[in-house]
Amino acid sequence: MTISIDPQKTNNESLQPKGFLRYFSFSLDHKVIGIQYLVCGFLFYLIGGTLASAIRIELASPMSDFMPRDVYNQVLTLHGTIMIFLWIVPVVNGAFGNYLIPFYVGARDMAFPRLNAVAFWLIPPSGLMLVASYFVEGAAQAGWTAYPPLSITTPQSGQIIWILSVLLLGGSSIFGGINFIATIIKLRRPGLKLMQLPMYCWAMLGTSLLVVLSTPVLAGTLILLSFDIIANTGFFNPVLGGNVVVYQHLFWFYSHPAVYIMVLPAFGLVSEILPVHARKPLFGYTTMVFSIMGIVVLGLVVWAHHMFTSGTPPWMRLFFTIATAFIAVPTGIKFFNWVATLWGGKISINSAMLFSCGFIINFVFGGITGVALAQVPFDIHVHDTYFVVAHFHYIVYGGTVFIIFSSIYHWFPKVTGKMLSEKLGILHFIITFIGFNLCFAPQHWLGLNGMPRRVAEYDPQFQFVNQISSLGALLMAISTIPFLINVFLSLRDGIVAGDNPWNALTPEWLTSSPPPVENWEGEAPLVEEPYGYGKEISEIK
Amino acid sequence: MLNKNIYLILIISLVFAISFWIGFNVNLLPAEASINAPIYDELFKILFIIGLIIFIGMTIAVIYSLFKFRKRNDQIGDGIALEGNLSLEIVWTIIPSIIVLLIGLYSYNIYDRMGGMKELNHNHEMMGSNTEKIWAGISQTSDNEIAINNLSIEVSAMQFAFLFNYPKGNFISGELHVPVDQKVSMKMESKDVIHAFWVPEFRIKQDIIPGQPTILNFTPTKVGKYPIICAELCGPYHGGMRASIIVEEESDYNEWFNKNKKPEVNL
Repeated sequence: MTISIDPQKTNNESLQPKGFLRYFSFSLDHKVIGIQYLVCGFLFYLIGGTLASAIRIELASPMSDFMPRDVYNQVLTLHGTIMIFLWIVPVVNGAFGNYLIPFYVGARDMAFPRLNAVAFWLIPPSGLMLVASYFVEGAAQAGWTAYPPLSITTPQSGQIIWILSVLLLGGSSIFGGINFIATIIKLRRPGLKLMQLPMYCWAMLGTSLLVVLSTPVLAGTLILLSFDIIANTGFFNPVLGGNVVVYQHLFWFYSHPAVYIMVLPAFGLVSEILPVHARKPLFGYTTMVFSIMGIVVLGLVVWAHHMFTSGTPPWMRLFFTIATAFIAVPTGIKFFNWVATLWGGKISINSAMLFSCGFIINFVFGGITGVALAQVPFDIHVHDTYFVVAHFHYIVYGGTVFIIFSSIYHWFPKVTGKMLSEKLGILHFIITFIGFNLCFAPQHWLGLNGMPRRVAEYDPQFQFVNQISSLGALLMAISTIPFLINVFLSLRDGIVAGDNPWNALTPEWLTSSPPPVENWEGEAPLVEEPYGYGKEISEIK
Repeated sequence: MLNKNIYLILIISLVFAISFWIGFNVNLLPAEASINAPIYDELFKILFIIGLIIFIGMTIAVIYSLFKFRKRNDQIGDGIALEGNLSLEIVWTIIPSIIVLLIGLYSYNIYDRMGGMKELNHNHEMMGSNTEKIWAGISQTSDNEIAINNLSIEVSAMQFAFLFNYPKGNFISGELHVPVDQKVSMKMESKDVIHAFWVPEFRIKQDIIPGQPTILNFTPTKVGKYPIICAELCGPYHGGMRASIIVEEESDYNEWFNKNKKPEVNL
């Protein structure tokens, strides 16, 4: 089926603002919405990062002396919630998905441009609401997991605002997911087969399936939790006969797939970046597609590994151990394929490539600790300790955030028409990589030796290692400075990039930089081999 | 070609040697003070060595590729148009699958040795009835053993303290005293929010849940004083919610027990 009606044609384009102002408008252009997601996400990243710095300052000394204890719990709750729901999920899905997917499928826009704008414009108000809840009666302080009964007994206004905010963000995520599935399945240019799509499309298809299947469960759970808080119902409140472990099952049914919602798009993005800068085809396209789908299926049946100490029957512990550990197989395939993509290439050592390679190294480390954590007897000792904190930061920061930066270096010339400075970019990479590993590697030891997570005070024997970790956090904070300078200098007087500075073959590079409103002046090109590097020009159609 | 293979074998053996050396010589864990601890440390060592081999191997592969295949200034054009290699893909699907499966079986064995696979009073048929639900933590004793060998202690957790009730002595203590080398069975329940009982030196942890008692069994093996740490966020003073477990010789324990013991009150 081909869609002959072009959604953009129905817009009165003269009503859309032009130039810089369009980024502050309810634009329906997928590229504008993508940039809106990215910039909005980055602003929240700065807020979440400030909160992280506050946590590391508090933990530089064993006493609780930097902020009041309840404020500390608010800070860690906001840090987690902002980083997940307002930075990583919107950016790897919303920002890059919106910008790239229509190019990749050869469409002029997303399937539902208005829904797309709604999905984005839900984010700023819910994010501001979440941050503002601090000034009401204090923000939520039960952690981003909001386990009852703690979330029922802490001050109500903060918790309710947190729930509302997460519900809106979940809604935004579902709208986005539906839109991506529809766009990838239905808006493909005639003649473009599914198995010819760039890998990021597959990653987004898998991710969107997870979003659509699991986010409604979170929404339902949080609505029940809000009933418990404001209407004194007893779904999860043990005083009224509720069951607190049921909440954990429902919560993790979304929140474990949420990890894949954060990393699968990053897997897609790195699959676009590596072939371009290594000048080689993506190794093992078909297995990459199957491993994404394998991760999607397995990702839905592993949630109880977050609950090994919650009081679960032995058979359940065993099942979830094996299911979780097996995710390492499809994930491992992807990593071997990326290294094989590098092997024998002509690799340009630039910021995008360095951040991608940093991602591979960090994520392999986080994946190994992940397989260890999947083992029940291993997990029982380190569950809810700094070992887990270190593990998931290796996944979401060392993994996904590294790829977000890599992607910014890679696509900045396309979006703005200007090149970023490589010198500042490499400086940014070096400080981030050292700071990140200095911050989180020592935390594994802390967890193994007896430091639980989410504490404002700790045993003085851990002070030295915590100070190393805080020093790493300081470097991570500093690393944003060269990045911001780079972006602003390049926007003002960067070198003009040209349409295709990397000589890439994926469709977004086959138009001008920045691209016109409907992506191509003429008809969308048919790219049958998005990774056809190293072939004679005549071989590539 | 032969030369290349020799280098490859040399590098792989070196990675293995380094990983094994680190695995056996670098201790990242606290003291071992329960029957569980040495079993746990055995699993840790195996996972640590396997993890090091994979991590060091992958890191070397990435850095070597970046160095060896970097684009020189005089080079133009692309790398080789290699799109995949089915036999390689099969190799790196099957080998990780086998490793993961072996780790899973091994950790099952470890878990069984820790006593985790024994059903305690947890019984699905009882779930619907009025019988009290007991959710098992890790155990080192079977049901019968609890009945026979009974240092049973009732733990209540509340914001922000642990209380240890010794039913036989009819007293409550803020410090957990146990005799060395004797099985201890604890029934734990929370008065308010979820807490967790964690003794790092014992390598055990179990959530303490309001409305659902949990059971945790362990056998301490080393005399000393160890921290009991709450590991589940429970409120502002979560970081300060700690107690001590004092493992002592049986005679010392009995002395302490008799000092605190209160006579039964007959009503």
